[in-house]
Amino acid sequence: MTESVGKVTEQIFKLPSDLLLECGKTLKNIELTYETYGELNSDASNAILICHALSGNHHAAGYYKDENERLGWWDALIGPSKAIDTNKFFVVCPNNIGGCHGSTGPSSVDPETQRYYGPDFPVITVKDWVNSQAQLADHLNIKCWHAAIGGSLGGMQALEWCRLFPDRISKAAVIAAAPKLSAQNIAFNEVARQAIITDPDFQEGKYLDSEKSPKRGLRLARMVGHITYLSDEAMRDKFGRELKEGKLNFGFDVEFEVESYLRHQGDVFSESFDANTYLLMTKLLDYYDPAENYKGDLVKAFETIKAKIMVISFSSDWRFSPERSKEIVNALMAAEKDTTYLEIESSHGHDSFLFAEGRYVSALTAFLGN
Amino acid sequence: MKTLEIINNWVTQNSSVLDLGCGKGEILLYLISSKDIKAVGVEIDGSNINECIASGINVIEQNIDEGLDNFIDNSFDVVIMSQTIQVLKDPRKALQEITRIGNDCIVTIPNFGHWRTRLSLLLTGKMPITDPLPESWFDTPNIHLCTLEDFELLCSETSIQITQKISFNSSGHSNAFTKAWPNLFGASAIYKISK
Repeated sequence: MTESVGKVTEQIFKLPSDLLLECGKTLKNIELTYETYGELNSDASNAILICHALSGNHHAAGYYKDENERLGWWDALIGPSKAIDTNKFFVVCPNNIGGCHGSTGPSSVDPETQRYYGPDFPVITVKDWVNSQAQLADHLNIKCWHAAIGGSLGGMQALEWCRLFPDRISKAAVIAAAPKLSAQNIAFNEVARQAIITDPDFQEGKYLDSEKSPKRGLRLARMVGHITYLSDEAMRDKFGRELKEGKLNFGFDVEFEVESYLRHQGDVFSESFDANTYLLMTKLLDYYDPAENYKGDLVKAFETIKAKIMVISFSSDWRFSPERSKEIVNALMAAEKDTTYLEIESSHGHDSFLFAEGRYVSALTAFLGN
Repeated sequence: MKTLEIINNWVTQNSSVLDLGCGKGEILLYLISSKDIKAVGVEIDGSNINECIASGINVIEQNIDEGLDNFIDNSFDVVIMSQTIQVLKDPRKALQEITRIGNDCIVTIPNFGHWRTRLSLLLTGKMPITDPLPESWFDTPNIHLCTLEDFELLCSETSIQITQKISFNSSGHSNAFTKAWPNLFGASAIYKISK
């Protein structure tokens, strides 16, 4: 493994103007927490926007205090001489509005009421995110991104950048994404939301004012979500039917390794993530559909695009399968846009986009470099 | 390279070109610089795809054998299929598909009717191994080899027009012999076809 970008610090940007949201409401006093890696060149032509997915945040690479701590979520791909090379590019990764890692979201205090937004935080959309990211770009003097890159929900943001600001983006890598969610995708999200909402500690979303929070619900939501991020093959390879104690105990405690893993993932997540944010993010995913205003015609929705777009899918991803990525590719080609498509063999399921594996890395490097 | 020059002559300035089985994108790169075409390549090999990306060519990873129905009717001025048709599972379907997608199609094929191939089979009684077709019968990717006669017959059976045809000898040249008896003296041929 190559070296990381090293020690990083998060920064805060206060949006100079209010944001008129797609839902019709206006959000004021917005703050975006973000990180940058590498140096912006003199003509500001080497900037890359990293868009995070459902439960991601602005800490995409490097570490805060020492290298033994957990590295940023995309450290495998962002860094010196890595796929997204910080020796060449100025990389920007914001935590999105509605998040719970510093940017204004349901767990922030509304400066006007001095109370937590909680369940009153407006439902935001991918478009709203892109509009807020555009203000961040202005602040950083970036007129045109060299590229926007994202996996899953991040890929949808990259695509939306191309649609909404055709003159402000040259390239986009849309990875492990879909043009909209399927009924099955929405169904999984609804199970996650129900797990949270039916937790008695949810208290209609106003749990931040009390001692308790819906950790059990959030934990369940994450466990369900996590299953959809892995492939059957990855789970078989990682856990098989291995028993923790080597024998059946004829009870309902943790016996199989996979149970232990899922519980651990759920525990960690429920301690560090905000339940209202999770509700918001899943809703935002459900709503995403660029063709909605074009009578379902994705080709028309893509008409404004000028950027070169590379779409990447992974063979074992069943959350957003290669077929879903091809829907984007076929519509882009029908709209006569510069399109490249890769279908990469990988066993990690939807999570494949997080791993720096062979052809995926070289394709990203080549795409960003030419 | 003779065929490249002919392809270049048959493609008009600023046209849209789809190259099926584009390899490292050599043909498309040539046409981009000489004719400023709008290029799309389709390729299945990962390292070839990477070369295309590095050259800035739009490339789609797709197995032609699994169909081309994601390409719209008449969406390209020219569809190129160079030395590819003989490796496909269903060459007839492929011909119908490319003439549906492109207004014009350029197809190059190796000629199994070349005199060396004929002679080799006659004299040795074994499947011919020649410069253009160097693999043994059991490990060749060329599962649907044909002669120029065969190809032209298939075109006529599927109502596909042959508008241009040039055949070459083994050193890539067109001469009096390849012109007079293409199916005997042509080691390969290039066709311009359309619906």
